[in-house]
Amino acid sequence: MVDISTTMPGREGGNANGGEEARSVDISTSLSGLLLSNPVIPASGTFGYGREYWDLYDLDILGSIAVKGTTLEERGGNPLPRIAECEAGMLNSVGLQNPGIDRVVSEELPELYLHYKKPVIANISGFSVEEYVAVAVKMDAAPNVGILELNVSCPNVRGGGMAFGTSASNISLVTREVRKACSKPVYVKLSPNVTDICEMARAAEDAGADGISLINTLLGMRIDLRKRIPVLENVTGGLSGPAVFPVALRMVWQVSRAVDVPVIGMGGISSSEDVIEMMMAGASAVQIGAANLRNPFACRDIIMDLPRKCEELGIRSLREIIGIM
Amino acid sequence: MKESIYKITENCQIADKTFGMELSGDSAAVSRPGQFINILLPGSFLRRPFSVCDYGEGWIRIIYKIVGKGTEKMSHLQKGDELSVISGLGNGFDLSRIPESCALIGGGAGVAPLYGLCKRLLLEGKKPAAVLGFNNAGEVFLEKEFRNLNIPVTVATVDGSFGQKGFATDFFEEGGYAVCCGPEAMMRVLYKKSGDGMFSLEARMGCGFGACMGCSLETRQGFRRICKEGPVFQKEDLLW
Repeated sequence: MVDISTTMPGREGGNANGGEEARSVDISTSLSGLLLSNPVIPASGTFGYGREYWDLYDLDILGSIAVKGTTLEERGGNPLPRIAECEAGMLNSVGLQNPGIDRVVSEELPELYLHYKKPVIANISGFSVEEYVAVAVKMDAAPNVGILELNVSCPNVRGGGMAFGTSASNISLVTREVRKACSKPVYVKLSPNVTDICEMARAAEDAGADGISLINTLLGMRIDLRKRIPVLENVTGGLSGPAVFPVALRMVWQVSRAVDVPVIGMGGISSSEDVIEMMMAGASAVQIGAANLRNPFACRDIIMDLPRKCEELGIRSLREIIGIM
Repeated sequence: MKESIYKITENCQIADKTFGMELSGDSAAVSRPGQFINILLPGSFLRRPFSVCDYGEGWIRIIYKIVGKGTEKMSHLQKGDELSVISGLGNGFDLSRIPESCALIGGGAGVAPLYGLCKRLLLEGKKPAAVLGFNNAGEVFLEKEFRNLNIPVTVATVDGSFGQKGFATDFFEEGGYAVCCGPEAMMRVLYKKSGDGMFSLEARMGCGFGACMGCSLETRQGFRRICKEGPVFQKEDLLW
């Protein structure tokens, strides 16, 4: 389940010298033996199963794709409004709307494969350990899934998601059971809404996790001043976008020092500089979320810009800077 | 759908808190009236969706109401300013499904997309009538433009300060075909009164192109995204 070239061409239209030098920058990286041509991965919940993007640009330029959080049964999600805005970010309370695992493995993933040949990251959600395991086993068997990402951190559903991710013993239990039942690398996506993020990361690692993804969204809220009611029908929602970047960076830095497994960093990344900063903090790869909603070409633009930015900063290989803080 | 840079050629007040903006740029992705565009405003994180009032080759006209900080800032933009716009979003009105005789009912800012639709229905030889509803005389816009199309036009204001006194829904003949856009309360009344019709819905959106599931609606066909399979829904699809 591996592939791919190790370098990306520099941005078209740059001067000849700049282009030459940019081509010599190595922006490849790896996650648990999976080689990625670059560290940029659209984050779960902002990219569906690729369908809304494959007509916009060639998806094969992406390092990988984290597909929409999938549950055992189809879910319609929370009542509207589910979206609120804030300074430098947004809140969502979508609530894991998805077609359910059977349709995902029989329709969505095979169709995505027609447009994206590399292994994808399967984001898995549930409301019980059994449900996580059942979904994970089916994802494990899907040929174009490379990594299983356990979403124990969705803030928008009751009794599932974050209810698992804010308890070290629950994280441990669900990680151990999925790890036992599956053969592909298991990453655990952590919630930032905890007192000690490192305790959660260690619980996952000790239970056999092959890697850690963080952060999911921060729990937030907005009020409509005229109507005197919360903007979100669900009252609270998950905050994402540039506003959360420093928090995400700090947590990635802490967690990457606390565990030995690779870390995928995410939270407000919206430029090639943010990617490099997140990798310096300890991330082996990154996910881009809210930025895709503002600019559907965000991942492509960041990938195109990375070699030039690396060159400007004197970085010859992105892998050399992972965790240098 | 297409992302491109548009230049503002006009941005002026046409009624209380209501502005008309004309943009020049590549409008090739706009295929039907009732579609919307998503504009990136300086200083805002998310884009703002606006239904297209009218369009032609190389231009798009929208009408917007100041409802928050984003639209407030938008009202200060100048002729010549450039904006990143995603155009050609949503399904728009399927003209082939609209019968020869129909009523276009708009409430407030919802009047805007019906104008571009009305022009195109007339080109197809259909005979639409328009009912435009506003709160008061100060909010009335597009009235003259509709009248210039030489169709029956009824303007209703809630306080009776312009045209007929009452709600737009009061002037819709029961059992007719309703093409409507406006407040949900208005459209729910029309859902009950109409024989059949089309309903253009509004929602707070994240992306506007179907990726985030921020504006999902349960319909008779299952879950549909207002930004992608909508914003226009057939009467039989709605679970009202």
